[in-house]
Amino acid sequence: MLSLDSSSIASAALTRNGEVLAEFATRDTRSHAEALAPAVYNLLGQAGIEPPQLKAILVGTGPGPFTGLRAGLVSARTFGFAWQLPVYGMCSLDALAHRAAQDAAEGTEFLVATDARRKELYWGRYMTHEDGHGRFARPVGGPQVTAPDQLPALPVHGYGAGLHAAQLPNLVTDSAEWQPTAADLSRAAWARQERGIELSTDTSPLYLRESDAKVAVHRKKALR
Amino acid sequence: MATAEPLVLGIESSCDETGVGIVRGTELLTNTVSSSMAEHARFGGVIPEIASRAHLEAFVPTLQAALADADVTLDEVDALAVTSGPGLAGALMVGVAAAKALAVATGKPLYAINHLVAHVSVGLLDERGKLPENLGALLVSGGHTEILSVPDITGDVRLLGATIDDAAGEAYDKVARLLGLGYPGGPAIDKAARNGDPAAFRFPRGLTAGKYMGSAEKPGSHRYDMSFSGLKTAVARVVETFEASGQPVPVADVAASFQESVVDVISRKTALACTENSIDTLLMGGGVAANSRLRALVIERCRARGIEVIVPPLNLCTDNGAMVAALGARLVAEGRAATGIVFTADPGLPVSTVSMGTV
Repeated sequence: MLSLDSSSIASAALTRNGEVLAEFATRDTRSHAEALAPAVYNLLGQAGIEPPQLKAILVGTGPGPFTGLRAGLVSARTFGFAWQLPVYGMCSLDALAHRAAQDAAEGTEFLVATDARRKELYWGRYMTHEDGHGRFARPVGGPQVTAPDQLPALPVHGYGAGLHAAQLPNLVTDSAEWQPTAADLSRAAWARQERGIELSTDTSPLYLRESDAKVAVHRKKALR
Repeated sequence: MATAEPLVLGIESSCDETGVGIVRGTELLTNTVSSSMAEHARFGGVIPEIASRAHLEAFVPTLQAALADADVTLDEVDALAVTSGPGLAGALMVGVAAAKALAVATGKPLYAINHLVAHVSVGLLDERGKLPENLGALLVSGGHTEILSVPDITGDVRLLGATIDDAAGEAYDKVARLLGLGYPGGPAIDKAARNGDPAAFRFPRGLTAGKYMGSAEKPGSHRYDMSFSGLKTAVARVVETFEASGQPVPVADVAASFQESVVDVISRKTALACTENSIDTLLMGGGVAANSRLRALVIERCRARGIEVIVPPLNLCTDNGAMVAALGARLVAEGRAATGIVFTADPGLPVSTVSMGTV
């Protein structure tokens, strides 16, 4: 499976049953449209995978800043069309949550957060479960976008939370640098698949905000 | 891969049109366009974020429809081309990301090309199959107002003049809003102006004063440049004066007088630029090329100086993927190097860069 996520940093991964064969991630959050296709080209070469061996595309649907998010989504849909493969969409926050759940106790609730800019956070609420396949995170709320002080009083993971440490007393400092990645997203997807949960083919972007455009209020007439 | 009749797929997403065109050499196979214009109507102008969202949803369906309409498969395509600028950053990014993915998926060479030069390459798609010598171009749309000289469409394109503020189409949209006419403003004002007197109001002609014009030997600072922002303000003052005195605004007369100012400046400067740069054929492009008064006056003033004017069919004047494919095919036919997949969209790409990484 080829996975892409551009909700925060831009990343790509080739995985087989949740096992990462090759992965790529940018450091910055502003070069998605440029970086993704060359990354996919390089990953295929590194892993020695020919396109006909691919079975599916997985893409993080956000939430995330709009322009970057679209680069991953349009790339994934185009790869799916050109290679005639199914394209699955998953909330990008699930990638962070899956990673966080690996160190959490059964039944604990926690939050993950990414930077929504404008002094706000994209965040989601999850619960840790454990079964024969190991630990996984089940979404129990969100995703949504609010100011940091609106978050419930639960442990919160992720780079977005780290940006607002002063307002988040429950910040988990060990994970304050974590970003959603395509590799974690495909691990989270595999955690679902091995539990018999089908992936969604909905790749609609989770913008969570309207475009800023406002319909012009009727122009003020000159005074008489 | 220098082949005379390459099969090229072109992608356009610089503004509010998602276009996919396919050409074989200079033969047009399909010009498939999905427009988000209707979604912008209530705002009276293109909203970049709304256009970008629409590109994401429209891209794969438009690609699919284009391939079906042209009856070709992705395997058969020789090369890909995409508009990489100038245009709206977020909108360009969707087409560029998609084109790169398509290039990686198919292994086909990708050309990142200039939107403005692509408008001129529409001239390749007529029955002659080649561009006239001593060619110039006038591009007028909601985002552009440029006069170009095109000695060599794949290697030498020069900007002679351009608007220094609003594009002409943008001025039309803003004035249409002032007058309570619809969106897009071009057709609405053109229609209203038919019943009006173009001499009813003497609106300013931007950048036509002697100090800006200079002479052919000693050109002023803006000899072929245009400005429409002061004109828009002058129209607003007139409208306000009528409103303040409680009289109805003479919409038809204001529309006709505004339009006359715009087309007078564009046609005069274009004819002058052509004459002084040995241009004897002028190609018109952009959505405002559909404006009846602009066409009439450009043709009249150019013909008077012996300059032939070509106006392509409207669906090739507005933004489309076929023009991108046509320029891509020309670059392939001349054996120009492809751009590849490592490049960045450039919202301010200068017209002298015909294709990124190859100039």
